[in-house]
Amino acid sequence: MSNNIQSVKNLSIGFKSQKGKEISILRNVTTNIKKGETVGIVGESGSGKSTLALAMMGYVKHGLFTMNGECLFNSLNLLDLSNNELEKIRGRKIAMIPQNAGQSLTPNLKIGYQIEEALKLHTNLNENERKNRISELLNNVRLPSPDVMALRYPHELSGGQQQRVAVAMALAGNPELLLLDEPTTGLDVTTQAHVLELLKDIAKDTGTSMVYVSHDLGAIAQVCDRVIVMYAGEIVLEGPVRKILKEPIHPYTNGLLKSIPKLSLEGLPESMPGAQPQPGHIGEGCSFYDRCNISDEKCKTKTPDLEFLSEIDTSVRCFNYKKVIINQNKNIQLKNLDEKNIENNEILSLSDVSISYAKQSFLDQLFNKLTDSNPTVKDINININKGETIALVGESGSGKSTILKSIAGLLKTKDGNINFAQNRKLSEDLKNRSSDDLRAIQLIFQNPDESLNPNHTVEQILSQPLKLYFGLKEDKLKKNIIELLEKVRLGEFYMTRYPRQLSGGEKQRIAVARAFAAKPEIILCDEVTSALDVSVQAAVLDLLKKLKDDFGTTYIFVSHDLAVVKAISDRVAVLYQGRLCEIGPSKNVYKFPSHPYTEVLLGAVLEPDPDIKPKLIAEDIVEEKPPEKGCCFQGRCPRILGDKCREEVPPWQVGENGNAIRCHIDIEELKIQQS
Amino acid sequence: MEINKEDKKNIINKISEVLITMASKPSGFIGLAILIFHVILAISSPWFVPYDYKAINPSLMLQAPSADFWFGTDSLGRDVFTRTALGGRTALVVTFFGSLIALLWGGLLGIFCGLVGGKIDDVVMRIVDAFLSIPWILAMLLIVSLLGTTTEVLIPALGFFYGKGIVRVARAATHDVIAKDYILSAKARGHNNLSIIWNEILPNVRDAILVEGAMRWSWMLLGFSSLSFLGFGVSPPTPDWGLMISNARGLMSFAWWAVIAPIVGLSSLIIGINLTADAFAKALGIDRSTKAPV
Repeated sequence: MSNNIQSVKNLSIGFKSQKGKEISILRNVTTNIKKGETVGIVGESGSGKSTLALAMMGYVKHGLFTMNGECLFNSLNLLDLSNNELEKIRGRKIAMIPQNAGQSLTPNLKIGYQIEEALKLHTNLNENERKNRISELLNNVRLPSPDVMALRYPHELSGGQQQRVAVAMALAGNPELLLLDEPTTGLDVTTQAHVLELLKDIAKDTGTSMVYVSHDLGAIAQVCDRVIVMYAGEIVLEGPVRKILKEPIHPYTNGLLKSIPKLSLEGLPESMPGAQPQPGHIGEGCSFYDRCNISDEKCKTKTPDLEFLSEIDTSVRCFNYKKVIINQNKNIQLKNLDEKNIENNEILSLSDVSISYAKQSFLDQLFNKLTDSNPTVKDINININKGETIALVGESGSGKSTILKSIAGLLKTKDGNINFAQNRKLSEDLKNRSSDDLRAIQLIFQNPDESLNPNHTVEQILSQPLKLYFGLKEDKLKKNIIELLEKVRLGEFYMTRYPRQLSGGEKQRIAVARAFAAKPEIILCDEVTSALDVSVQAAVLDLLKKLKDDFGTTYIFVSHDLAVVKAISDRVAVLYQGRLCEIGPSKNVYKFPSHPYTEVLLGAVLEPDPDIKPKLIAEDIVEEKPPEKGCCFQGRCPRILGDKCREEVPPWQVGENGNAIRCHIDIEELKIQQS
Repeated sequence: MEINKEDKKNIINKISEVLITMASKPSGFIGLAILIFHVILAISSPWFVPYDYKAINPSLMLQAPSADFWFGTDSLGRDVFTRTALGGRTALVVTFFGSLIALLWGGLLGIFCGLVGGKIDDVVMRIVDAFLSIPWILAMLLIVSLLGTTTEVLIPALGFFYGKGIVRVARAATHDVIAKDYILSAKARGHNNLSIIWNEILPNVRDAILVEGAMRWSWMLLGFSSLSFLGFGVSPPTPDWGLMISNARGLMSFAWWAVIAPIVGLSSLIIGINLTADAFAKALGIDRSTKAPV
């Protein structure tokens, strides 16, 4: 027992519904965290993973209460302690790193001061020792020049640096257990890979136990020794990371892994049918019964227990775990990517498009002077063919959403033309676009919670474009709405529902239906799946693909997730700081030679496989402004040549695999360097 | 937007749901009860008051409360109970319609400014600020002395002066909504401003504006009574609480009953409206204690 730092026993946490019914969120969770171990808790949203992690530091959210069970930390039941007693443990023995460090740091206090506060509270160091400790901590989390850093305010740091400061603060009290709640979810891919690397090193150096909560199996694979998979408030699978991710013997985990798009595979991932049951709607039998493909009669009526299999050191909650067919990569039945019927027929072309957010000052306006010589987005030339899916990829600040908005007419371009269907110039002002042009281009947004009016029923939401563009009324309107709902595989009864009554995936389907209601030629998809759970993401991608096949729509797909992009797109354009770096068929962009930035991005992709490590070849510094001269990637390029890159804008080169790269390094040379 | 049967049913359902939630908390129940009591009193009082409100009787001057005169009589020998029961009628009608006008113009202008932004917003808001800086009571006095003290003047004048604050609240509420993607989506589809205001913004800011309007109602009641108190509200002999307080305040030391009755009438109505507005806000999910309006 002394080996366990934390043991959770039979823990159930729930809330009281308005009718006074007790509804459980966590159901009889039992698990142990060993000393020096890193445990990942994985699950989709609503699976209870954050509730479990918070309970591990003795915190139960307002409105929730402990129904039974205990959380023992060094044989002390945290859930019984008073706030005063908990204060002595939190920060000193158990520390937490929140998801969004930018919001958890006080904006008007210097970094050093905030860390010192933590030190004052949790240690007995004197002032000088504290000063030294601050530098040491900042050094430990690999922030450059710690003494300078300590004098900065949180807003002067990038997202990755803020997260590092949060790690430093958590380490200030030398905790025995560190809880991490989705610590890298809001970060860019390259930054995420760096932060994970840091966490791994800290675990190794300090011997701190960690509990890592995430929905991202890729991140879990990188840092964790053991994984707990949660589903509907229960642990369904628990075991060593390799066993869980490579040979998952629970059907849910298996399905989850299959639904993650991977760089090594082609085509769309398999989606899991159905959705996780809501708390309070979990009936008899196995909670995964509805979505399971190997279930039988027994599963319907009896709830399986968590069974420990000692030979593989794994616990599983399934009667039929022997039937789970573990999919090795080679066995995966990929959905055939039929040869595209892309006509060589240009539908949209962007020529020399520049977009600037800079506002002209009054004087400059008077003299009609253009001030911004270095706009946010510059010289974008892309031709898009009918029926094609083109993806714009890049980290935050790469201008991908900006480009999308100006195609939709929501942002004015500074220079250049956007032409629709060969030579018909789209007005940059929304008001001057004809109704037909407006209809032809539709947008789908990232977060359906924001893009659907919460006070409208599904019927009202879908009738907006139908009324506006086609003037449909009454019976015809209703018929069309039902047809649309069928197209996105939702039933007629959804018409009277409000968005808050729908799950995330259903909401996004409504958003997709609304876009298709206009019978558009082009659909702009802005990170449409990044707010969704992986299993839902796979289903939405699948839907988009099917609708495209039916209607021949052209998609412009913006994403930061290279694996998703590879799964759905025909062509990829890689952007950095609003400049195009590389463009080519998506099959080939993932093969070398490629632009050094693409190489960096590809290296940072996290695969849900502990044996595939990310390759970190460049720093994750963030530049706020594109450089005035030369190559846009000069600040971070691992293969920079020298002054040439800083002075001259690189030329386009086309590699043998058909992708165009904008780099000074000769394409053959690049190929040799990268292989 | 045409309202079909289903929408109507939905609206009725929503209203009854909100009323039930309001009445389920003690403060909301008390507030609603006081408000309903006052409304019923105002409607029915002409039929049950025992005396003529304008009958002057010098022989019955300043009688203490008794079985004949429940609340006593005033300095002109008029029955205070009769005058108190009738005294809320004008105030209630004027301020109710005044608040409606305030809601309408303040709400719509606020939403419009929030939506269009830019220069138009700047100019309009500076004009609103300029009006906010004028002491409303002075401006009201000017209007009333120029145009008279009829309800036709008072309602729009009060509505105008109390709407200024609603402009700011509606604009702030619109700013919360305007950044949401569904507005962007409507813009990208090419809806015009009117349709965006009506379909997308109004349903989402409606609650905030209604609650603000309910609060303004109680303030306006106080304002209206102040005007009467100063002699610029209702003209005598029409009974009005403000006027009654003003007439009787000099005699307070020996004829307290003539002041207390209208004060209780006025303050209970204001408290009732305030409690109702707070309960209304909570029932709609806008908690004024955590989220103060601008």
